[in-house]
Amino acid sequence: MRVLWHELRAQQLLFWRSRELAFFTFLLPIGFFVLLGSVYGEDEIEGVKGSRYLLAGLLGYGVAATAFAGLSISLVIRREEGILKRLRATPLPPATAIAAMLGSTLVVYALEAVALIAIGRAFFDVPVPDRLLSLALVLLLGALTFAALGLALTAFIRSGEGSSAVVNAIYLPMTFISGSFFSPHSFPRALELIGEILPLTHFIRVVRYVLLEHGQIWSRPGAVSIVAAWGVGGAIVAIRYFRWEPREG
Amino acid sequence: MTAAAVSELRKAYGSFEALRGVTFEIHAGEVFGLLGPNGAGKTTTVEILAGYRRRDSGTASVLGEDPERAGSAWRERIGVVLQSSATYANLTVAESLRLFAGYYAKPRPVDEVVELVGLQDKRRARVRTLSGGQKRRLDLGLALVGDPELLFLDEPTTGFDPAARRAAWETIRSLRALGKTILLTTHYLDEAEQLCDRVAVLREGRLEAIGAPAELAGAEPATEIRYRREGERLLVRTEDPTRELHELTGRALAEGWRLEELEVRRPSLEEVYLSLTETERE
Ligand SMILES: Nc1ncnc2c1ncn2[C@@H]1O[C@H](COP(=O)(O)OP(=O)(O)O)[C@@H](O)[C@H]1O
Ligand SMILES: [Mg+2]
Repeated sequence: MRVLWHELRAQQLLFWRSRELAFFTFLLPIGFFVLLGSVYGEDEIEGVKGSRYLLAGLLGYGVAATAFAGLSISLVIRREEGILKRLRATPLPPATAIAAMLGSTLVVYALEAVALIAIGRAFFDVPVPDRLLSLALVLLLGALTFAALGLALTAFIRSGEGSSAVVNAIYLPMTFISGSFFSPHSFPRALELIGEILPLTHFIRVVRYVLLEHGQIWSRPGAVSIVAAWGVGGAIVAIRYFRWEPREG
Repeated sequence: MTAAAVSELRKAYGSFEALRGVTFEIHAGEVFGLLGPNGAGKTTTVEILAGYRRRDSGTASVLGEDPERAGSAWRERIGVVLQSSATYANLTVAESLRLFAGYYAKPRPVDEVVELVGLQDKRRARVRTLSGGQKRRLDLGLALVGDPELLFLDEPTTGFDPAARRAAWETIRSLRALGKTILLTTHYLDEAEQLCDRVAVLREGRLEAIGAPAELAGAEPATEIRYRREGERLLVRTEDPTRELHELTGRALAEGWRLEELEVRRPSLEEVYLSLTETERE
């Protein structure tokens, strides 16, 4: 426990000190919310006020940026530089190291969610969510799922320089197709079908349900299980293929 | 007391055999050197002992445990400086050491470690601003902060300037004086001669020789006598230097010529090493 706390604090320090990472995963979703909220926050999307609709989408973009993209890029870089290898020589248990990285990601995403909600309240007239427990649970589920997927992805990236290219190529289209920024109903049919497979689409759907329809997470078992299934799949791949060292030779 | 032992260690990468049956033992409290040219298998050996790589066959025991199966309690007792590892560029020297200290049950005080590796002036410097040599010293500090019994140092001074190398030697000597056991690899002979109680010479995955540096050098029996006579360089190898010299000087005096640049020497470890590691030349 003491070591977990120690490592978690270190991970937080490292995250906020790495300016690019903090900007990319923490500030960018907030920036997009402010930008898009100013552009069509007053419009109506699918029968609700644009800014309320957007908040849910950007909570989805945030989870993809923080838990999926940020985590996998920084892990690949650490692995390729030999930092993970260095850690392996210490008594820090691997499970504790991973738990601290996940914990740190959760902290960042929690702060991000609070910031998004606060900005919505302050500038765009979005009411503070009333189903807080359900919201917390769905955000936690999303963060764990995308973190598991991010960990799984690290196994397929071969270099630190290549990591952000690969990760961006996956997560930017995914956030777009899943409707982080716009309503997916305005998409061509094919994109919409692809969206139906992606976990982010279902995650955003549950978040919208909780935020806009005041629903509870347990009333949407279908979407929740699709997100969770992706998470379990990601975790299995991550456990099976995770590497502490660059691939040799 | 044995700190670590390997026997008939073999390791292949694909079809390339990097280790072809290596056997040695490291005594507790000694500085043991693995000496050999690039590609000899030094890093492979060290990384097997430190628990990073799996051996194909043979046995390995480090502090009484098999490194492939050893856990956190074992890692408390070892310290590792690898050729291919790094630490967080965004932390300062002191922060890095404090972070690593937190992983151990009984760490050394960070200030003590800073001093031991001579980074007092850089305590607050970010790792990314350190020179290559300073990073290497921090690496050593990170290996020492857990106060390990056994240290693995893979080419700890490669890339150091002469002054930094000497400083690192002093650090290693002071660690030895503290009773630590040290396995270091090097391709510098003077380093092995200066630091190691015993040296194993590795070439193409095989041990060519093992023993104290003086013993190894002594294994080559002949003493060399070199001199110049009327501009011509001459070399005599002899098992009996006393007689040979007596005859030589006697002849020179009697015939009235000079032994210019007369030199009498035992072959150094360097020459033994070169003769051991020399690949056959056509
Ligand atoms: N991961 C690897 N994959 C393939 N070949 C390797 C790998 N590691 C080392 N080798 C080869 O094994 C030999 C021994 O390497 P190494 O143990 O690093 O030697 P040293 O440290 O003495 O220079 C070299 O020929 C090297 O190219
Ligand atoms: Mg090497």
